[in-house]
Amino acid sequence: MLNLFFLLFAGYVAGLFLPLCFPAKPKIQNVLAHGSAGLGSGAGILLGVMGLFAQEPWTASVQSTIPFLSFAVRLDPLASFFVLTISLAGLAASVYAIGYVTEFYGRVSIAALGALFNGFLLSMTLVVIADNGFFFLIAWELMSLLSYFLVVTEHKKAEVRYAGLFYLIMTHVGTAFVILAFLIFFQAGGSFSFEAFRHPEQPLSEGMRTLAFLIALIGFGTKAGIVPLHVWLPYAHPAAPSHISALMSGVMIKTAIYALIRVYFDFLGGQFPWWWGFIVLVVGAVSALLGVMYALMEHDLKRLLAFHSVENIGIILLGIGAGMIFQSYGLKELAALGLLAGLYHTINHAVFKALLFFGAGSLLYATHTRDMEEYGGLLRRMPWTGAFFLIGAISISALPPTNGFVSEWLVFQSLFLSFQLPTVFLKLMLPIAAAMLALTGVLALVCFAKVFGISFLALARSSHARHAEEVPIPMRIGMGILAVLCVGLGLAPMIVVPLLDRITGPLTGVSISDKVLAFDGWALAPANVEFASVSPPMLAALLIAGGLLGLFLAFLFGGHLVKRYYKTWGCGINSSPRLEYTATGFVQPIKRVFSTIYQPTIKLETEFLEESRYFTKHRRFEIHIEPIFEKYLYHPVINVFVRIADRVRIRQAGSLHLNLAYILVALVVLLLFAL
Amino acid sequence: MLQTITLVVAQIIVLLGISPFLVGLIRKVKARLQCRRGAGIFQPYADLAKLFRKQPVVSSTTSWIFTATPYILFASTLSAGLLVPTFASLTPLSFTGGVIALVYLLALGTFFLILAGLDAGSAFGGMGSSREALVASLTEPAMILSIFAVAMTAGSTNLSTIVHKTALLESVVTDPAPHLMALAALCIVAIAETGRVPVDNPATHLELTMIHEAMVLEYSGRYLALIEWAAAMKLVVFLSLIANLFAPWGIATTLTPAAIGIGLVAYLLKIAGLAVLIGILESMIAKLRLFRVTELLGAAFILALLGVVFFYILRG
Repeated sequence: MLNLFFLLFAGYVAGLFLPLCFPAKPKIQNVLAHGSAGLGSGAGILLGVMGLFAQEPWTASVQSTIPFLSFAVRLDPLASFFVLTISLAGLAASVYAIGYVTEFYGRVSIAALGALFNGFLLSMTLVVIADNGFFFLIAWELMSLLSYFLVVTEHKKAEVRYAGLFYLIMTHVGTAFVILAFLIFFQAGGSFSFEAFRHPEQPLSEGMRTLAFLIALIGFGTKAGIVPLHVWLPYAHPAAPSHISALMSGVMIKTAIYALIRVYFDFLGGQFPWWWGFIVLVVGAVSALLGVMYALMEHDLKRLLAFHSVENIGIILLGIGAGMIFQSYGLKELAALGLLAGLYHTINHAVFKALLFFGAGSLLYATHTRDMEEYGGLLRRMPWTGAFFLIGAISISALPPTNGFVSEWLVFQSLFLSFQLPTVFLKLMLPIAAAMLALTGVLALVCFAKVFGISFLALARSSHARHAEEVPIPMRIGMGILAVLCVGLGLAPMIVVPLLDRITGPLTGVSISDKVLAFDGWALAPANVEFASVSPPMLAALLIAGGLLGLFLAFLFGGHLVKRYYKTWGCGINSSPRLEYTATGFVQPIKRVFSTIYQPTIKLETEFLEESRYFTKHRRFEIHIEPIFEKYLYHPVINVFVRIADRVRIRQAGSLHLNLAYILVALVVLLLFAL
Repeated sequence: MLQTITLVVAQIIVLLGISPFLVGLIRKVKARLQCRRGAGIFQPYADLAKLFRKQPVVSSTTSWIFTATPYILFASTLSAGLLVPTFASLTPLSFTGGVIALVYLLALGTFFLILAGLDAGSAFGGMGSSREALVASLTEPAMILSIFAVAMTAGSTNLSTIVHKTALLESVVTDPAPHLMALAALCIVAIAETGRVPVDNPATHLELTMIHEAMVLEYSGRYLALIEWAAAMKLVVFLSLIANLFAPWGIATTLTPAAIGIGLVAYLLKIAGLAVLIGILESMIAKLRLFRVTELLGAAFILALLGVVFFYILRG
């Protein structure tokens, strides 16, 4: 274990410094940086798997001279699982990046980009294995700062700088709350070690526990991107280079999920009233639904994917929230089920969201635009990217037999099992959450039908798309790894569930692996086979057999017929991209139906010909969605700060004499205090 | 094992075999109500056979998605059909999945059909896809919730178990209110999902009104045959659901030849009766404007939700 950990550390640190030794040689820098990152993440995968199978958590620590800080690491099953998730995405990103960063040659320092990439992966790994609050906060801050620098890679663009600033502020507001939460535990435990957090000298009072719950939810929720703290995601994720967006969206926001589980189930010992779980459930349901609804209206592919991260964090929190509710009533098996469903969706989302961001990166690489309305017909020009993206799209839409289906099915079941709860209120609320999840699922399907249909099918809508070419092989391999995982994680729940059970077992005190796996692992059955069961391998077999039957019937009744190609029928008009449905048009009915939420504003300007008002010279159509949270929640707060700054500015006129006077006054006041 | 395989094959034959008949029956009922003689009830079989023998014409702008979609749609609809009890309550493949698997299998077909509609690059296909997306997004939550309202009485979300327990009177419906609400919701969902009046009109080729037909406008030959067959099977799936969830009378609960014989006759009578009802309904009402459809589907969702609420309130 120690050797593997050193290998991981050495890999990332090598990637941090080696590229800097070869200035002005971007090719060598690229290979060195991403090769070492691949080594580090490869070691991370092994470390994660071994940590999951280990009998006892592996620990190591180095004391520091700073009070309360010790560089302690602990690899229990929960931490191992997240190390595994981070490293899987990290490995795929390392391979993908070898091809992708060639785009940046000559524009951005590859050494800096590669070094930051390695540092980012290392800091995320440290966050989940840290066993000391102080150390955790250092790693957490490092993760935030490094990702900020990565977001502003293309800092010459004003919108990127704005995105970076927005992210920097939001993440630090979140960190402030995290520090507050840890101070509560520190006050009771007298030490920053997680062991003291778990078993404090004097137990926390009920009020303090509730405060810790709420503060942790806000602090980590900011990072996770729960509604209404999600506003930074659609700015920051698109601004970063795509392999970084994949890591931020697929993995970094999951460190917050890790921290929430760590705080609620580990530090607070899984002892809480039902309404904590209910709050998490409501936050999850609202995030899932609003996330997908805003994603539907986006036409910037990367912004759209960022909103889908909000949705999927919501789905994960639905599972965890249901688990917390069951836990509070002592229904341990169901609590383990909800938690397991949330964790299953965590790794699934990491895989398919990273895949989709890689796909978006490939489209950006090939067409140099993120605007979906300029894509079209790309499946024929980029068959590999298209096929991989389709697998990702099917997975995120939770269609069988992929991984997204399995984890969403488990979340559904943990919500449906609410009839075992003692209160009518919760019995009612959980199925309503399930209905919201059903709506979320189908809207995600619509959204990705839009993305794939508009981007990859029909005719190219711009010259960018007409001249697009398939991306380099490393990028295809990076996507291929994740596409295989998407299918594999869906078809093999009999392997994944026992592994996840090793995490939820210690946290809830009950092992459910044997109960959940029915028919020798070929089917999942959360309560008993009679209540519900699903068999992903059997579903896949049925689908393949059904497809073959269709082929056979077509041959049986029709024999061998060669298909003829002819142009699309368009009422006598030759087909052109201008006749195609646009992304905006595709979702227009949904926008109209849910106009209460979207509050669209439409602006139509028409300029007529001078000779006759029956002919138009120029027409301009604009449609905007009301950014409700930014307008009603963030702008008032920002305005308050701007007003305070305006007042302060009067006293900060830039006069040197005045500033010297301030220093003198401050010194005198301090001296007075010292006396 | 042999018994299982026989039952699966029997169910596949039933699904494939009777689906064109139902379409023919509905058309016949509508024709008679319009004082026409109409084509024979078995005309859809001849239509399918004709389509299979025709050379398919494919748009040159399309990708492999367009040609793969008919097979995927056929496979997903057939798989969904195997999860629903038809003439026997114990479906051999019921362990494969319950309500949610059913809904998501059908959604898989819808997903590819939406893509295929966009693939040809014509405005018709896009229009059909866009409208189908709207209808699908409103029906699916209502469908899950309505079946769940029934599922709670039986203590299972597995369709086979629900039907089996209800047929054996193991789970007795004490309060009919939740069931009636769920039934109403599921009927609306079935009409919307199978593209029937007042949501969609399967007999139209007018761009203002069509949804499903617009999506499949570019299809011909064997591809169109598979899509039409899949659409007919989807109708069977929904009619079987309604018939067996709410009226499992006569269904074979054991696997004796006599029970299966009675089950088969009862099943055919029930779904033929429902098909006649659809025919009458389609003759009586006009198609709704697209944005009025959302109100109907919203009502289905509210009904299903009320079904769940009432179940818990009545049980206390």
